[in-house]
Amino acid sequence: MTMIDVWVEIDGNRVAQALHEAGEKLASDGGDVFLDFSAVRRIDPSGLRALEDFAGAADGKAVRVTLRGVNVDVYKVLKLARLSSRFSMVN
Amino acid sequence: MSDMTETVTDERIVYLEELVHQAKTAAAVFTQYTQEDVDRIVKIMVVAGLEQAQYLARLAIEETKLGVMEDKALKNMVATEFVYNYVKDKRTVGQIAEFPERNMVEMAEPIGVIFSLLPITNPTSTVLFKCIMAIKTRNAVIFSPHPAANHCCYEAVRIMYETAVKHGAPEGVFTCLESHNLQDNAYVMHHKDVGLIDATGGPGMVKAAYSSGKPALGVGPGNTPVYLEKSADLSMAVVDIITSKTFDNGTICASEQTVVIDDEIYDIVLRKFEELGSHICNEKETDLLGRTVIDPKTGFMQPMAVGQNATTIARMIGLKVKPHTKLLIAPIQGVGREHPLSVEKLFPVLAVYRAKSVEEALKVCIDVNHAGGLGHTAVVFSRNDDVIRKFGEVINAGRIIVNSPGSVGALGGIYNDMVPTFSFGCGTGGGNSTTDNVNVFHYLNIKRVARRTQAHMWFRVPNQIYFNLNAVENLRQLKSRSTIIITNPAMEQIGHLDVVRRNIPPETLVHVSVIPDAEPEVNVVMQGVEALKFYRVDQIIALGGGSVIDAAKIMKLKYESPEADLEELAAPFLDMRKRVVQYPTEKVNHARLIAISTTSGTGSEVTPFAVLTDKEQGRKVTLADYSLTPDVAIVDPQFVMSMPKGLTADTGIDCLTHAMEAGVSIYASPYTDSNAFQATRLVFKYLPIAYEQPNDEEARTMMHNAACIAAIAFSNASVGVNHALAHAFGARFHVAHGRANALMLPHVIAFNAGVPTKFMPSPNQRGYIAHEKYALAAELLGLGGSTVEEKVKNLIVATEQLLDQLAIPRSIAELGISKEDFERAMPDMVKIAFDDPSWRSNPRMPLLSELAELFWSAYKGRGPAKVEAASQQPHEEEVQV
Repeated sequence: MTMIDVWVEIDGNRVAQALHEAGEKLASDGGDVFLDFSAVRRIDPSGLRALEDFAGAADGKAVRVTLRGVNVDVYKVLKLARLSSRFSMVN
Repeated sequence: MSDMTETVTDERIVYLEELVHQAKTAAAVFTQYTQEDVDRIVKIMVVAGLEQAQYLARLAIEETKLGVMEDKALKNMVATEFVYNYVKDKRTVGQIAEFPERNMVEMAEPIGVIFSLLPITNPTSTVLFKCIMAIKTRNAVIFSPHPAANHCCYEAVRIMYETAVKHGAPEGVFTCLESHNLQDNAYVMHHKDVGLIDATGGPGMVKAAYSSGKPALGVGPGNTPVYLEKSADLSMAVVDIITSKTFDNGTICASEQTVVIDDEIYDIVLRKFEELGSHICNEKETDLLGRTVIDPKTGFMQPMAVGQNATTIARMIGLKVKPHTKLLIAPIQGVGREHPLSVEKLFPVLAVYRAKSVEEALKVCIDVNHAGGLGHTAVVFSRNDDVIRKFGEVINAGRIIVNSPGSVGALGGIYNDMVPTFSFGCGTGGGNSTTDNVNVFHYLNIKRVARRTQAHMWFRVPNQIYFNLNAVENLRQLKSRSTIIITNPAMEQIGHLDVVRRNIPPETLVHVSVIPDAEPEVNVVMQGVEALKFYRVDQIIALGGGSVIDAAKIMKLKYESPEADLEELAAPFLDMRKRVVQYPTEKVNHARLIAISTTSGTGSEVTPFAVLTDKEQGRKVTLADYSLTPDVAIVDPQFVMSMPKGLTADTGIDCLTHAMEAGVSIYASPYTDSNAFQATRLVFKYLPIAYEQPNDEEARTMMHNAACIAAIAFSNASVGVNHALAHAFGARFHVAHGRANALMLPHVIAFNAGVPTKFMPSPNQRGYIAHEKYALAAELLGLGGSTVEEKVKNLIVATEQLLDQLAIPRSIAELGISKEDFERAMPDMVKIAFDDPSWRSNPRMPLLSELAELFWSAYKGRGPAKVEAASQQPHEEEVQV
């Protein structure tokens, strides 16, 4: 089995689109994906939905997703949307 | 979930779940918005609402067939413009209020998803109002319109939603249930992601909201009583009532229902109503009206009449009225089921009642209030402030409207300065959690960020303290017409009394009261008070030890304030500034209290404490208040030169215990520390000399000063667990107070220097510092040691050496108390020690088991100093002295 680590920097101005693109890169046989949220100051409903979809897709492919650099405000949004528990978080 | 939710189909559940999910997502995203963001969106929404006010009013009329188009348009404008005027400057994001004097700020936390039920009577105005509130507070709302107002509500929500989202609000912030039923409502009400239910609707829906187990805002039913009192401006009152009761055909639940009119003005008022377009029903018409518009089975209004105009209602009963009749007025003779028109009527039918007196009028208003209108709204027209005040007292209503219309007045912001609303909280009377006009602050969780505050501290001492040899000569400066000297027989025998008398100015009338040399008893004190009254004294000189001075303090209290109840004043307290029982401040007599101490220990000459023995009750009463502090203290060593050795030792160690306990007290301050540590230093230096060489004037002087200085410290910082132990042990085994303190002292130092099992709350201190304060004392005494632990150990050793020098027994066992007797006494001693207020300023809270351990340590006796790992705590800060 090949383990492929994917590192995606999320553009703060096009969060939903960036996540859709990242979703297409998900391997079908597990591995780790790092999503770098350092440039995301705010997240909107479409971004949140895209992240939810991404989590679903990753679950389906047994891919572990780690979010990096999520700011406190966005972290609270993920918490309220009950999404934070679906990812690992690193600063 | 209730049974009702179980009947929702799977397909419907998917729809409802998506609705809630959408709202939850919007609410989560909304938390990132700033105050400026929401204020900008709100302003644009308000303008959109104003622009569509007439359109939405027409939609509402067409769909519901209730009310008046013009009035509904006005309501839509109030719901936007007036509400905006109230909310525009309100902070609802982040920090919303600041209380610098309390070191506290309030911050806003959105609720999240709100489920909002809409009424048929005010459908579009309620939507506009709630949308503005939701955006202002960063909440998402799922609306559930009344089925008969579905379309107009949906359209109002659409206008608000599109405007808000276009200008930056998160998608999904408002949604509206479509084709819904009670099961749908129940499902959403119980949903875990819904934070609040805001139910503006009929009683059934409000009840369902409250029954959901979710936090809910609900409007209770109304039945507004109006008292039209004879002093009122009648022309204004009649116009106001007509304006209000006919507004939107009476659909606002705060509108007037029964007007109670004083007999003297009844006919005039009815004539004015008639002149302004009302029809006054006769008895037969009233009866017919009651049977038609009120359901005889339920006693509630008939839906067919709600929101209809007066001529339509008249037609319902076959009553011929003039065209454009505004109001049907129905005289009633009482309130209750047998008087059907005394209930809520959301249409232009107004009951009137003729009252023979103010009392009768108020009682009828109370009856109306209790006939379905508790907590809602009431109205009074009067120029008599007493009548208005009484009405406000006896009527249970969240809104008591004075000299203005009920419905328009209750909305707020038009006739008064109440908060504009379309949702009236009715308090517990209406089954609600608030009596407020519901507003933006009910859509927020308000968080209090409370920063640590420094408690106000104090440092109080007598006005004047004269010290050093012959300080008694200062009595010559103190003018008095009539002076009494309170003293004991010994002072008379050894000549101290004469010394004092010699120093009192010759023009002063001097009287002497000799009391027993024991803790003052109630009868002794009361006899003394009689003497003070008889001689009409303006100065009291207490010459003696603690007992005499305590007696004089209480005599002064009772002389100046005869009503003072000593029993009550002895009530326990935790913080002197917050005590329940206050000492009297009104005085019928005034006397200066001068305390001349003849021992060097208690320091009673400067303390605010006094102990009284009540032999009849078999107990001691401790009084504590700064008003007990003597006005003048004279600390003259000539009065202690003849103290015997044993007394010198015991009182000297009492003084040391005061100093050391004040030094580590949780109430210690830089002011008390300076006194506590100086007294400690003086005792270690001079007590052995005073003990060995009683005639050493310097040693006696310094010990006398030390006692006073230590007392100043503990008067302001209090004592600690050492005193609690000593009180319990001394009382049980009749051991002198100073000696009992001495037996405990080394053990208590080790105890306080250890890591507490339980900390005492001490807002004035940063961390636990008792061990560091002991170490500081050791440094000041030059005891050496390089670590805190060593310094504390050296302090304990030095204390033990001092006690040895003073021939203080090394243990309780050495006093001849058997282990069995001690063991038997232990439960009581522990209980009494724990009840003793002294330890409440101790840095370490003693557990009952720890009190027992301390007693046993003292029983076994002092030995090589043992300090718990306690004093090895990191020394993080310099202790300021």
